[in-house]
Amino acid sequence: MARAVSTRTRIGYTAAAWFVALLIFFPILYTIITSLKTEQEAISGFSLIPSFTLSSFEAVQTQNDYWKPFTNSVILSVGSTILALIVAIPAAWAMAFSPTKNTKNILMWMLSTKMMPAVAVLVPIYLIFLRTGLMDTRIGLTVMLMLINLPIVVWMLYTYFREIPGEILEAARMDGASLKDEILYVLTPMAVPGIASTMLLNVILAWNEAFWTIQLTTTNAAPLSAFIASFSSPQGLFWAKLSAASVMAIAPILIMGWFSQKQLVRGLTFGAVK
Amino acid sequence: MNTTLRALLGATALCAIGGAAIAQDKTTLTIATVNNGDMIRMQSLTSDFTEANPDIELEWVTLEENILRERVTTDIATNGGQYDVLTIGTYEVPIWANQDWLTPLNELPEGYDVDDLVPAVRDALSVDDTLYAAPFYAESAMVMYRTDLAEAAGVTIPDNPTWTDITAAAKAMTDKDNEVYGICLRGKPGWGENMAFLTAMANSYGARWFDMEWAPQFDSPEWQATLTDYLTLMNEYGPPGASSNGFNENLSLFQQGKCGMWIDATVAASFVTDPEDSTVADSVSFAQFPNKEGVDNHGNWLWAWNLAIPASSQKQDAAKTFVAWATSKEYTNMVAEAEGWRAAPPGTRTSLYENAEYQEAAPFAAMTLESINAADTQKSSVQDIPYTGGQFVAIPEFQGIGTAVGQTFSAALAGQMSAEDALAAAQSTTTREMTRAGYPK
Amino acid sequence: MATRQTASLARLMRAPAIILLLIWMIVPLGMTLYYSFLNYNLLNPTGTSWAGWFNYQYFYSDPAFFDAIWNTLALVLGVLTITVVGGIAIALLIDKPIFGQGIVRILVISPFFVMPPVAALIWKNMIMHPSYGVFADIARFFGAQPVDWFAQFPLTSIIIIVAWQWLPFATLILLTALQSLDGEQMEAAEMDGAGSLSRFIHLTLPHMARAITVVILIQTIFLLGIYAEILVTTNGGPGNASTNLTYLIYRAARLNFDIGGAAAGGIIAVILANIVAVFLMRAVGKNLD
Repeated sequence: MARAVSTRTRIGYTAAAWFVALLIFFPILYTIITSLKTEQEAISGFSLIPSFTLSSFEAVQTQNDYWKPFTNSVILSVGSTILALIVAIPAAWAMAFSPTKNTKNILMWMLSTKMMPAVAVLVPIYLIFLRTGLMDTRIGLTVMLMLINLPIVVWMLYTYFREIPGEILEAARMDGASLKDEILYVLTPMAVPGIASTMLLNVILAWNEAFWTIQLTTTNAAPLSAFIASFSSPQGLFWAKLSAASVMAIAPILIMGWFSQKQLVRGLTFGAVK
Repeated sequence: MNTTLRALLGATALCAIGGAAIAQDKTTLTIATVNNGDMIRMQSLTSDFTEANPDIELEWVTLEENILRERVTTDIATNGGQYDVLTIGTYEVPIWANQDWLTPLNELPEGYDVDDLVPAVRDALSVDDTLYAAPFYAESAMVMYRTDLAEAAGVTIPDNPTWTDITAAAKAMTDKDNEVYGICLRGKPGWGENMAFLTAMANSYGARWFDMEWAPQFDSPEWQATLTDYLTLMNEYGPPGASSNGFNENLSLFQQGKCGMWIDATVAASFVTDPEDSTVADSVSFAQFPNKEGVDNHGNWLWAWNLAIPASSQKQDAAKTFVAWATSKEYTNMVAEAEGWRAAPPGTRTSLYENAEYQEAAPFAAMTLESINAADTQKSSVQDIPYTGGQFVAIPEFQGIGTAVGQTFSAALAGQMSAEDALAAAQSTTTREMTRAGYPK
Repeated sequence: MATRQTASLARLMRAPAIILLLIWMIVPLGMTLYYSFLNYNLLNPTGTSWAGWFNYQYFYSDPAFFDAIWNTLALVLGVLTITVVGGIAIALLIDKPIFGQGIVRILVISPFFVMPPVAALIWKNMIMHPSYGVFADIARFFGAQPVDWFAQFPLTSIIIIVAWQWLPFATLILLTALQSLDGEQMEAAEMDGAGSLSRFIHLTLPHMARAITVVILIQTIFLLGIYAEILVTTNGGPGNASTNLTYLIYRAARLNFDIGGAAAGGIIAVILANIVAVFLMRAVGKNLD
């Protein structure tokens, strides 16, 4: 929308947008600020200027090593996403390009597999994990997270693929392109942005999963959600420390999200872009 | 196959003791702990243990109390064997021991000196005189109060106050204009939050949870008096928003000088007298948990965090070695050496309280020990009761029941229902749950 | 173009996902169904016995049951309303030519990257705490008595927290839908003298219908399962004021360790969620085509 706007309106919009953005971001900002305070400062009233001490971060690191859960978080979220994509891309592809009467029902059914509350099935799953030796293994959790997010991945890919115009395929076919060419040179380039953004969203969802990742791990596969669980509500007040741990847990995904924001916006269109 | 494996491991451990240890046979112990300060400190001091036991490696799983309890309970009940050492509370020990889920600790190494354990704590961790968990630190509850505020208000709080004394003192110390509240008590719902306090308070009012037929007693005049007085105290002299205050919230209020009195766990004493964190460190004194006139009962609050070994662990011997180390006198000395006597884990060993250095460093030592010794977890009410436990009822159903009842009492504190309605709701919830669980058993 | 060959190829491509999800649905569902007919308490494994319909009856007759259903609906509807309306408003705003658009977008989507328990902890301790929270500081600055959010407005507080977490998701999807809006059509309408409100109602909203539908469907599925935020902040109280269905199941499963009862609750939750889903598909499903 390249309509000319007067500078004054533009400033007005800018002010409003920044106000809203800062309001939404404030809780995170305040957590970051608090993580740079001493414990005394953290509970002594509102202040936006911390003493910029890193002592809370040091305390967190000495109490619990950060790097092992961090590595696990990366492996679990990326691993489960790749697995989910391998399974979901063909499925979404087929549903988008050769739809049947049931396609919409199948999609809805897939979403409905997410309706069972996790707490209600914990004991059966726990027993299965114990018997199969998957307990506290990265592979077990990776598969678990893949299954949890698979419906969302299929959904996103489906809605994205649906928007790839069929006419292009027909044009290519008339030019004598084989099925292989069709996929490789026509469809893939158009599908990549959608796949990329699905991937990003799924990494975020897997990173933030905080039920199974705590209940099915002890030491080997425990990711950052478990790391956080060792800092929340101890006996005594450690808000600066809790803030520091929170910042450490969300920083990687926040930074990743920030860098890929454009990609995320583009892919999340669900077909609105033509 | 299990026994074979265990025998094999046992043999390996024997070899190690026999000096024939081969470095490749390292035993890794997975230890589940709660994230409280004393347990965190233990993790930083373990080099002493691993140096003395080079064949044992330690892996820690540190979790917040509620998540830890969920995690560990699921594992032990499904015979999962994920942990070799568990940190559990006095609530779990008798229940789990009765299920044969815990290894009895009867063959502790020489020099451990079991008889040095504080008798009340040892009793709480024993079933039929067999010890099932080793206490890491223990607490009772007591009154912590501000000497300066009491003096200014012209009240004195005796060492063994009654609830009448407490009410009078709370009234005199309250100065709402200056954000000083006479008394701070737990209000946040939970079996280990407000119900821990209210159960202890009810004990001191002569109330009981169940009669000998396991019928809930919230319709008794004693409970009625307990809840009414609690609500009066909190509404008239308590801080705003008390229905979401737990231990931590009250701790910070007290440290900021906003409470005249605070009745809570004895471990809080070391926080509120610590000049680093507390603005009122030099004007705090202590008194025993109050009782109602004519009722010889001071609440019987007793809690300890303990180390126990699940029967499903495959590394029993190494685990026992570790538990003995972490709860030994030597460990206490080591903490004192590293961080001063104030930091020593309190409440578990009589010898600590006989130590002159500790008595000097910890002004709260005498009252802590007196409170712990006064707690009788085998008979917490002056009436006849079918259960054990002090500020809780040691039955598996209590977590659920206590939390549900805590919700209604918290709602009463928030002004959403009257004391009568809250008690009636508590009575019917508890009856419902107990019937489902098949009581009387 | 759907020849028999492509049709069977398509079936082959769909199969892995469908089979995996089928297993993932049937195994837990089957086991949960089985457990729901057992008297099975984790803390008393020796007392396991056949219970018939008792667990269902017991869960249904819980005094908190109807409160929980009501709270579940209120939570879902409250969050949906805030995120959809707020999402549209914010999307419209940051779609305008503004200085520093990139940074503004980054700030707006940030809450989505915060783990749910962390988000709840931040709000509880640093924003809504009646003594140390920022809200309390603001209230005191204006000389007012700080509001004790979790005691006085428990469900509202949770709705605010959850809406904060999901607002970025809604905003993102709606923003991209907005960006594909035909500018020329808009200008034509403007020249025809259509006011900005009527342009919004007749052009912008219909264009975003599909995106709004996706937001509603996906969020509803997630919102029905919310419990971590409740656990961290109010524990479902005071009373049952903030207990939803999932939290009720959590209470059975993790406080009472009543596996049978929790399983029955899980089955009830699945049935209710399906009713909601069918209703939703009837209401908004056609927008997906």
